[in-house]
Amino acid sequence: MEVERIFSDIYGGRLALQRRQYSPFCREFCLGCPRLSLRSLTAATCTVWLVAYGLFTLCQNSMVLSAAIFITLLGLLGYLHFVKIDQETLLIIGSLGIQMTSSYASGKESTTFIEMGKVKDVVINEAIYMQKVIYYLCILLKDPVEPQGVSQVVPVFQSAKPRLDCLIEVYRSCQEILALQKVTSGSP
Amino acid sequence: MGLLSGGAAEAGQGQAIPAGLLGPPRSRRLQPQGSAPRSWIPTMVLKVFFPSCCSSADSGLLIGRWIPEQNSAVILAVVHFPFIPFQVKQYLSEVQKVSQVDIVVLGTWCNNKQEKEENLGKFLDDLGTIFSHEPWLQISKEKGSKFWSCHTLSRQADTPTEDQVILVYYDQRKVMLSRLHPPEISLDNQPGVITAPDASKLAAVFDTVAKSEVLFMTDRYDDGPIKLTHWQSEGVEASIIVELAKQASVPVCMLLTGLLSLVSGLCKSRIFKFWPVSFIWSKLSTCEQVRYRLEHLRFVFSNQKAENQNQLMRKANIFVSLLVDVALGILLLSWLYRKNRIGQLADALIPVADHVARELQDLLQWLMGVPAGLKMNRALDQVLGRFFLYHIHLWISYIHLLSPFIEMILWYVGLSACLGLTVVLSILSDIFALLTFHIYCFYVYGARLYCLKIYGLSSLWRLFRGKKWNVLRQRVDSCSYDLDQLFIGTLLFTILLFLLPTTALYYLVFTLLRLLVVIVQGLIHLLVDLIDSLPLYSIGLRFCRSYRLAAGVKFRVLEQEEGRPLRLLMQINPLSYGSVVQTYRLPTYSCYPKDTWGSLCKKLFFGELIYPWKQKGDKQD
Repeated sequence: MEVERIFSDIYGGRLALQRRQYSPFCREFCLGCPRLSLRSLTAATCTVWLVAYGLFTLCQNSMVLSAAIFITLLGLLGYLHFVKIDQETLLIIGSLGIQMTSSYASGKESTTFIEMGKVKDVVINEAIYMQKVIYYLCILLKDPVEPQGVSQVVPVFQSAKPRLDCLIEVYRSCQEILALQKVTSGSP
Repeated sequence: MGLLSGGAAEAGQGQAIPAGLLGPPRSRRLQPQGSAPRSWIPTMVLKVFFPSCCSSADSGLLIGRWIPEQNSAVILAVVHFPFIPFQVKQYLSEVQKVSQVDIVVLGTWCNNKQEKEENLGKFLDDLGTIFSHEPWLQISKEKGSKFWSCHTLSRQADTPTEDQVILVYYDQRKVMLSRLHPPEISLDNQPGVITAPDASKLAAVFDTVAKSEVLFMTDRYDDGPIKLTHWQSEGVEASIIVELAKQASVPVCMLLTGLLSLVSGLCKSRIFKFWPVSFIWSKLSTCEQVRYRLEHLRFVFSNQKAENQNQLMRKANIFVSLLVDVALGILLLSWLYRKNRIGQLADALIPVADHVARELQDLLQWLMGVPAGLKMNRALDQVLGRFFLYHIHLWISYIHLLSPFIEMILWYVGLSACLGLTVVLSILSDIFALLTFHIYCFYVYGARLYCLKIYGLSSLWRLFRGKKWNVLRQRVDSCSYDLDQLFIGTLLFTILLFLLPTTALYYLVFTLLRLLVVIVQGLIHLLVDLIDSLPLYSIGLRFCRSYRLAAGVKFRVLEQEEGRPLRLLMQINPLSYGSVVQTYRLPTYSCYPKDTWGSLCKKLFFGELIYPWKQKGDKQD
């Protein structure tokens, strides 16, 4: 069953959190990032073309204009395929693992799966980001050498950057499932 | 034993399944209502890995491996009715012996293509008593519904605990052919047995499927007592070309190994140990590259089979790299020998050498005059300038002497392009070094002169201050000099000091020229390195068959229904191109800078000769 709520990210933009529960130990959180705005796209294109036109009037070579068109097209394609993330998903399956998926604007999806045996805990951390202090959710991985240590910290929802209220909801759900998993793995 | 006749299969077809086996959830499994998990009693979660090729198989027994530490069952195949339990057990023990994987009967699979059947339930329960396994799985699928049921029977538990089941579908063919990166270290040592408690669960699944290859060798056209369904049951995959290549490879390898040992024997013969030849041999980068490629050829065509996956990939990478190299070389060859381009190149070479010599002469004339407004010591200037000018004159005469033979030499040298593009690039680098040999000579003369001057100056400066270098103690000590020693020392110091700018300028100019030549050579070597070390076969594999190189897995949640087990689809997450290149890079004899920037500057200041690229295997200076 699916529940959708509206939150905001650290810049004040609108984020939609979709929460699905497939089973008592399997939950999915889908965070939709703000879309590419027409205003910024137009601004970038106009800047590039103005610069190209300025160069053209200087050197009278029409190659500059064609090059500007190429650069704009390739830049836009590259941005949509490699940079702009549309949606971030966190799927947590008790006793199997945690999966994080980022889907880009061009449709590409990049997935990381962490097995439950490697997950130590899911926590909310503070970080200094530019001139702000922000909260972020992260997964702590176990250290194979030292049982009490943490080998890696994997941040979640890196490009959406939701605020604390959204993070708290995701955190509570994850902790429920992790607690269940600890109980079941403890019993024979 | 009487159960198992042809009649049982027909009996199964036309009878209804008892309602207790399928249908709505039973009361002893508490279903979670909404998001209030506190009312739900947590139990152990059972994971069942089911191959998607068996989804449409007829009813039968499930065989596979049970991993108790992870509470998961990996199903490898379905055994169909009719069968004799004794024969099934025998077959499984044979398979266990060959594959080292603990394959047992895990449960029953019921695919109801017609209406519900009744007696099948009791029949399946009876099977549970014959093949005892804890826990006993019962997976069933109804006609027209995509949701399956999975129940577990546990005979040992006193209180009936209900397991939550996760059904994970996996593509057996892809999982079998794929290789997980990074490989778990424990798996290499003890195949089939996971000893570390926190070993990767997925690595265990991959390992199980990969090692059960012998199970997948029987297809349904074989006349055996056991009828299986798995990914190859429609017919074992094989390719005629691959089989032919395997047959042909043995004599070819033997022949090539013989040839190669002959060639390397020739190379190691006594002729090349004599001083001039061995010296030239070690300085030419072409010889290094040819030797490297010879090593590769020997490795690829050796008679031993590859021991593990790593070696196989390395062999394949080297083979493809060699092929591409030779192909590019032959392409270059065909381009070069068309339209008499060699002749054109030879004709252009002498004027270029002349032009370089003329530029150098102009430079020396400039230095002999008033370079950049600096006032030089006239006598020293003239001596050095005339010395270098004469050197250039000699060089030009030699080049002109060689000019009728240049075209023929180039023609024969160009033929070596069929050995590969890397060899051509190395030859290019060597020709460039030979053509700029006089710059190297000038650099050495200038550096030695400058070095002598600097050491003389520092020693006389110490004398000027009344100190001496103690060679025994490696430190500066005070020393009392005689008056005439001091007088001559001061005189020499003054002379050397005032001659310093002239020598320093010559040294600076020739060092810059030498550094330019070194940078060009370095770039060519970088290109050769790139072609040598790029793992083309792995990149091609990642592009065409991306499931072969797996970085991990990804799960997709399929449609759910309340009360049914959770259904997931497991797909392979391929390795990224960057990791492929990093993991499978071929080792090269790469050149890397010997000195840090600081020590390089120090050497330049003191006039020590610099050899900026150090190759692996070079003795320390």
